[in-house]
Amino acid sequence: MNAPFPAPVAPNMYRYDEFDARFVGERVEQFAGQVARRLKGELTEDQFKPLRLMNGLYLQLHAYMLRVAVPYGTLSSRQIRKLAHIARTYDKGFGHFTTRQNLQFNWIKLVDVPAILRELADVEMHCIQTSGNCVRNVTADQFAGATPEEIEDPRPLAEIIRQWSSLHPEFVFLARKFKIAVGATPHDRAALQFHDMAVEVVRNAEGRVGYKVMAGGGMGRTPYIAHVMREFVEREDILAYLEAVLRVYNQDSRRDNIHKQRIKILINAIGPEEMRRRVDREFQELKRMGTLQLPREELDRITAYFAPPAFETGLPDTLPEAGPDFANWTRTNVHPHRAPGYAIATITLKTIGQVPGDCSAEQLDVIADIMDEFSLGEVRVTHEQNLVLPHVRKKDLPAIFAKLQELDFAAPNAGLITDIIACPGLDYCDLANARSIPVAQAIARKFADLDRQHEIGELKIKISGCINACGHHHAGHIGILGVDKKGVEFYQLLLGGSGAEDASIGEIMGPGFGEHDIADAVERVVGVYLAQRRPEERFLDTYRRIGMAPFKQAAFQKEAA
Amino acid sequence: MKLLKHGAWAQDTFTPVADDAALPHGAVIVSLTRFQKDREALLERNTPLGVRLQSHENPELLGDDVNRLSLVALEFPKFRDGRAFSWARLLRTRLGFTGEIRAVGDFLYDQINYQRRVGFDAWEVPDRFTLEDFQRALTEMTNVYQPSTDGRKTIRELRAGI
Amino acid sequence: MSAPVFKMLTANRLRDGDVLYRKGGGWVLTLAEADLYADAPAAEAALAQAEAELAQNIVVAPYLFDVRQEDGAVRPVKEREIIRAAGPTVRPDTGKQATA
Ligand code: SF4
Repeated sequence: MNAPFPAPVAPNMYRYDEFDARFVGERVEQFAGQVARRLKGELTEDQFKPLRLMNGLYLQLHAYMLRVAVPYGTLSSRQIRKLAHIARTYDKGFGHFTTRQNLQFNWIKLVDVPAILRELADVEMHCIQTSGNCVRNVTADQFAGATPEEIEDPRPLAEIIRQWSSLHPEFVFLARKFKIAVGATPHDRAALQFHDMAVEVVRNAEGRVGYKVMAGGGMGRTPYIAHVMREFVEREDILAYLEAVLRVYNQDSRRDNIHKQRIKILINAIGPEEMRRRVDREFQELKRMGTLQLPREELDRITAYFAPPAFETGLPDTLPEAGPDFANWTRTNVHPHRAPGYAIATITLKTIGQVPGDCSAEQLDVIADIMDEFSLGEVRVTHEQNLVLPHVRKKDLPAIFAKLQELDFAAPNAGLITDIIACPGLDYCDLANARSIPVAQAIARKFADLDRQHEIGELKIKISGCINACGHHHAGHIGILGVDKKGVEFYQLLLGGSGAEDASIGEIMGPGFGEHDIADAVERVVGVYLAQRRPEERFLDTYRRIGMAPFKQAAFQKEAA
Repeated sequence: MKLLKHGAWAQDTFTPVADDAALPHGAVIVSLTRFQKDREALLERNTPLGVRLQSHENPELLGDDVNRLSLVALEFPKFRDGRAFSWARLLRTRLGFTGEIRAVGDFLYDQINYQRRVGFDAWEVPDRFTLEDFQRALTEMTNVYQPSTDGRKTIRELRAGI
Repeated sequence: MSAPVFKMLTANRLRDGDVLYRKGGGWVLTLAEADLYADAPAAEAALAQAEAELAQNIVVAPYLFDVRQEDGAVRPVKEREIIRAAGPTVRPDTGKQATA
């Protein structure tokens, strides 16, 4: 507590220039004006709602919720400290990291929002387009710039997309929301194929780097895996191509039925072939006009912000010995890094019994200190509601682990059965049918024994409190969907989903389970896997091999037992 | 309602005509249906002609005739329906339309800047709307990140000193 | 079998989003203090009145919900309204339950 603060370290990430700063500043005052007009009654709630959503402001069960954009999941220690300050000053001392790599404050007053936005702008943050029927905050692989697997860091492209999509005059009143993700590795950590549009950095046969564009993925009421729109788009053409896709969507999407207005519905109605044809027509025209062509200098200029930090050389490249707890933690939470002597470390916000993704102001402050001391001032937010220290020296891992233990954030469970995604659900969300968080907590407690977790291995449980699927239940190896049965919470089980490169949509098991049965049902399903698996098989692999029937039989066996 | 055109109040010289009404003298605005039905007669009249498009009607449906029109009115049935933003852009680019593009229907003060960026140059606004409102709507945001039909320099160009 | 069902009227306060319940011609912060409407006409009338007052910009999104009176205590029928009246079940230190 009384140790001196480490000096804030400025990581290699995008920094606002005078234009960005002015843009965000003016946007804050524009929104402040909208709030003032609403309070005076010059805007009705019907008019104000789309405007406030476009700036990340919801009205939830208990209060307003403000969703802060974390572009492509990257945050500096300075920004984390500001989020802690906002949590303390304007909220109830905590925030919630979401599956969209954003941070939500749950207890916000409308009258405070302009002040909060001004505070965020001070640290180059905003809430622009974190909700509403517009292009949403861009998400990315949380290991970007650190993993040895990638072709190049996808974040410069994500930043270019962020700027291009910010208050794009043609696309701020789309038929529905539009989510874009970027990635650059064969191993997909960003659930690319479940996005309205996704861009993957690829290398073509001639060895040139460019972009593969996919569109039409999504979860929600009608889940779809994205179609490839174009295998290879040249670098300079990428904005023209993305604009072409959005234009076809804006022009041709249905507007008569809210459940049929996402781009996935359009593409599946007209067919991917026809979609590609329509997009291509727009693309060729945009290319001819030339105004959206991305000059090499601009890409280089943005890329320079994300230059790899000056990694120390000559560091020991082995994991230190620091006892069995540390060894367990490194087994799941430490990942290979591009630089010798360095590692990527996951901080799972999934300590047994905690609310997945929640973080208190005090914890945020300590994490900021850890970032400055050990991770070049940087942290990433993952779509699995965890944090990642992207650049840590292997030799520092025991010290980091010790600090995380003090914070109660040292759970050695990344990717294991207790590393559960859960949306806010009926505890907070106005749209919810059932609670998600208590189900996650109950399952985590049931599988708290670490040996048992390791015995089970990789198993991703994802829980949503309604069909909107913010908790990615379709993409869970085991997915859980809360439904409302005459005012009582009820849960459906889905098996076999995946949000990784082997993307698949989970299959619904049939009748659901009550609040008190669902965790037991999950345990019985896991039991089938343990009994039937072959060596090296993950839960997902066994499910894909043997199918639903044995799992279903066991899940409903309780009555018979 | 009153008409705002090129940044100033303007007399509306066009008469809107229902699909089944007789054509009055002078400039008229008709629906796409009426235009397609009475196309030749309408184009022969030698008075300014406008067509009002509903939000699901793509201006390409006007074909080459578009450049014989003086005005295209794009309708916002409710302000959340943003298709007209793409239609205006398409009129100004692919179709090369240089006449008046008028915003009609349910739109908000907060959308006027976007409308102007994509090519609208006339607005049917409520009587309480002022020229100061209009100016403010256009100047709340000084710079833009993306090119559109207004030809404004983007932030990227400003950075590069272009 | 189960206790008779009454209606109550709720909304959120515009300026801070707090949950409010209708009492007489105004609003209170706790469900326990709010009015119970014994029949549909009374409930609909209260809702119509609240909707007519929307132009005053005090509250947003008023709606009716079902409650039961059991052992003298009023309890919403649906889980959603139980949580709304109390606060998140996973954070008993927050929401109305924290100050109760
Ligand atoms: S999935 Fe449903 S309940 Fe969960 S956060 Fe999204 S909208 Fe709310």
